[in-house]
This record gives sequence, C-alpha cells and structure tokens, in this order.
Amino acid sequence: MNFFERTLAGFLDAVEHALDAEEVSQANGLLQRLDPRVKVVGILMLIIAAAMAHKFWVIGAVFVIALILAASSRVSPLLLGKRVWIPVLLFTGIIALPAPFVIPGQVIGRIPGLDWPLTAQGLASARYLVTRVETAATLSVLLILSTPWTHVLKALRVLRVPVVIVVILGMAYRYIFLLIDSARDMLESRRSRMVGEMTGSDSRRLAAASVGVLMSKTLQLSGDVYSAMLARGFRGEVYMLDDFQTTAVDWIMLFCFVAIAAAAFYYGR
Amino acid sequence: MGSQIENPKSEIENPMPGPVFDVREVTFSYNHVTALDHLSLTIPTGRRIALLGANGSGKSTLLRILDGLAFPEKGSITFCGEALTEERLRDSAFAYPFRRRVGLVFQNPDIQLFSPTVFDEVAFGPLQLQWSREKVRTAVDNMLEVMKIAHLKDRSPHHLSTGEKKRVTLASVLVLDPEVLLLDEPTASLDPKSASQMIDFLIGLHGGAKTVVTSTHDLDIVEDIADDCFVFQMGRVVATGTPAEILRQPSLLEQTNLVHAHRHIHAGGETHSHPHLHGHKH
Repeated sequence: MNFFERTLAGFLDAVEHALDAEEVSQANGLLQRLDPRVKVVGILMLIIAAAMAHKFWVIGAVFVIALILAASSRVSPLLLGKRVWIPVLLFTGIIALPAPFVIPGQVIGRIPGLDWPLTAQGLASARYLVTRVETAATLSVLLILSTPWTHVLKALRVLRVPVVIVVILGMAYRYIFLLIDSARDMLESRRSRMVGEMTGSDSRRLAAASVGVLMSKTLQLSGDVYSAMLARGFRGEVYMLDDFQTTAVDWIMLFCFVAIAAAAFYYGR
Repeated sequence: MGSQIENPKSEIENPMPGPVFDVREVTFSYNHVTALDHLSLTIPTGRRIALLGANGSGKSTLLRILDGLAFPEKGSITFCGEALTEERLRDSAFAYPFRRRVGLVFQNPDIQLFSPTVFDEVAFGPLQLQWSREKVRTAVDNMLEVMKIAHLKDRSPHHLSTGEKKRVTLASVLVLDPEVLLLDEPTASLDPKSASQMIDFLIGLHGGAKTVVTSTHDLDIVEDIADDCFVFQMGRVVATGTPAEILRQPSLLEQTNLVHAHRHIHAGGETHSHPHLHGHKH
C-alpha cells in the first residue's frame, strides 16, 4: 500500500468510526436521553474541572464518573479502550515519557544501565498529564458517541457559537464523506488500470496529482452547493431550527453536572 | 429574526396567463465554450415543458438561467413580465417571492443535500424565506409525509440511496409550494422502480396546475411528463412541438443525438442497424 492509499485508508477508517458513533447514539441510555445542550454544557464543565484539578484523586474521581456515565449509556469499555484509552496512552505517554527524567526534583531511583535520574516531581507530572488527557478524552468521546453529530452542532448554539460556524461544520461533516468516496473511486479506477508496483517517486507524483484533481472537484462542488443554497433563498444569513425540549431529567442531570464540577474545582484546588 | 415573508406579495404579479419566462436571444458561455447561442423561447403558464437534448446541448445551463443562478452575457429574460437580472435578485422584494415561486431540482442530488439531516434539508428553504418556526415544522412534516420519506427525517443524506436522495431534493423544493418547478434530469441514475415512482409523482404534479420545465434525454418519459417540447442542439432550439410530433421525427432525433443507430441480430441471424430509441421498452 502506498502513501496515498494509506492516507485514504485512514480517512475511511475515520468514516467507519463516525458511522459506529451514530449507531451508539441511537441506543437507549442515560446520556442518549438527555437534551444535547445539557450534555455539551455538563461534559464541558467536567472536562474543565479535570483539567484544572491539582489533586490526583480528584481527577480519578471524575474519571470514575465518566465510567459510570459510559456504563449507564451502553458504551462498552472495549469500545472506549480501543478508541480512547490505548491511543491516548500511547500518544500522551510519548509526550510524558521524558518528564520523569528531565523535571528536577527528589531523585527516587535511576534507570539501570543508563543511570538516568528518576524524579518524584517528574513522575507526578507525567501521571497528571496522562490521567487528565485520558479523562478529558473519555468524556469527549462519550459526548460524541451518545449524541448524533447534528445534535452536537445544534447544541453548540447554546455556547454562543455563531450559526454560520455551526452550518460550516455541518456541511464539512456532510461533504467529507462525499469527497472520500470520490477519492476512493479515483484510486480504484487507477488501480484497475495498473500492473506491478510503483516506485516511490511515481507514487508521490500520483498522490500530488490526485490531490490536485480532488481539490478541483471540491471547488466545483462548493460552487454548485452555493448555487443550490441560493436557489432556495439563501442570502448570506443562515437560519436554523433549534428544536430541543428540556425535561425534568435534564434539569436534574444539569444540577448533578454542576455539583460534581463545583466539587471537583473546590477539592482539586 | 427579520420580517416574515410567508405570503410574498411582490411586484412580481402574473395576473394574465401570459408566459412565465420569456427568453430572448440569450447567449451564455463557460470559459469561451458557448453553452447557449442566441436562444429564444417562451415558457407559458401552467404548461409542462420538456427540454430535450443530448449531453452538453445547453439544457442545464438554461435551467440555471431560468432560476436566476446564472445570467446571460447577451440577450434578456423575463419572469412574469419582470426582467430577471442579477441586480433585481439583489433586491429582497424581488428575490424572496421569486425563490418561493420558482424551484429548481438539480441533477446531482448530492449538490442539493448539504444539511446534516433530511428534516433540516427540507426545512432549509422555508427557514431562509423566514417563515415562522411553527409553520416550518408543519410544512416540513407534511411534505415528508407526502413524499413518503417521514421515516428518513433524522437520517443523514449520505446514508440514503440515490432514489431516496432524489425524493428528498424534490421535497426540499416542493415544501415552498413553487408555482414553477424546474427539474434537471429527474430520472438520471435512478433504478427502474425509483424512476417510475418519480414519473408518477411528476404526472401527479400537474394536478396542481404548476408550470413544470423538465430537462431530459430520456425519450421514454417525455409523453408522460410534457405537453410541449423544445429540442436543443449546440445551445439552440432546433425544433418545438408536442411530444408526439417530436417523437415522429426519427431524423431529427438522430441528428440531435437523442437516438442512435442500434445494431442488433434478428432470429434468423440477420444483422442490421437502424435508428432506435434509447431506453426502449421491450
């Protein structure tokens, strides 16, 4: 598989994940039943509380709450493990890896053979980084998994995100699938006419040419979509329906989110 | 929210059953390639018109011009007696009622389905025309029922089949209850069943006395969906008439690439070719 094919395979994988997310969002769980505005605000507060906490047990408690939310929303730990915990551990682990050796402090040991000093302050920093990111990522993915993307977008309106940004995000999500399909068709049609392996330079040239063609198609598509919007009355201002309804359960959950976040802020100082 | 324009009473009145569109000597080109060449035609009110022609003959360009999405380099066009120009469409008093009264369904449904869900897609037009929220919800729900796509309302357009996408695009235009419907290749890329459903729907539309302009090169559907035809070639109208009159002229159809000499083998082993309708029924 060459560079272009690997990149495309990555995009297709992302598409499959997006489709998985839409399936989970249809399940009958606690988070799925909540008003998306309550979820967005509540989960955002928990993420900020975890990020600002200076006590490890407070971050751990928020993480446990995230696990309880996942269990009550029918999000399997296996899915979270595959989608969040392992990738985040690998990514932030690499970033945090030098911390125990480069942050000055009380030396609690040395690496055998290399004799590098291992400091308590460095270890604590690495631990804080990994647990904060794991907690924030778990909460973010829970929000995305339990809410159709369209509802997330509309819920952003309560955070005063301008309607034009919300519409652009919605259209980007809509058309990324179309363009990925287009790229895959291009690739398959080329592959069907090829015999043998391509050299590295040919492969890069092909990737550049394909990107150019795709860009040209994208520009054409954007012009056409703009025409289709004009044809239905678009005149520069976008209007949309925010048709959510808040129930008693939403208010109770919002109260819980606020209380937990406030407690985390207070005890995590 | 701005003022509501639910029942636009504009300067665009059409009290007489005169032409909806009057196109005079219109020329249009893309990057020096002529798409319409001194084209003149009239679209009468309440008639079903078919624009026939091969790919690249200028049908789609004319539809874009009729919908005020492109403007002629030369010539003029009027809508209900009012000049249809870029400048006029900048004026809300003209643009809002025009967009309500004229709807265009694009050939490629993916162009027209840009909203996150089917419901949002159908609601887009009414919302842009600043209908009240309650009226938008009612109108969209009704239209989804009429088009038998209510079960798709929360689905994302990329999950739909081509036939479903076409129905959503039609719903997204019909929800505004336009008096003039412009359709670009409505049966293109549809399987036979979906195409048949689309044709049935288009036949039913005429009960609403709408003016329907359909661009197509599918000769099988012309008699069902049109009262009059314009045959296009190289950006010009080369023939007009009723569907029966046009379909009786094989040389015209062959000359305009609407039919081709189809080679086939008879039971006795004889092989020959003669002009033959596309998409013929056996």
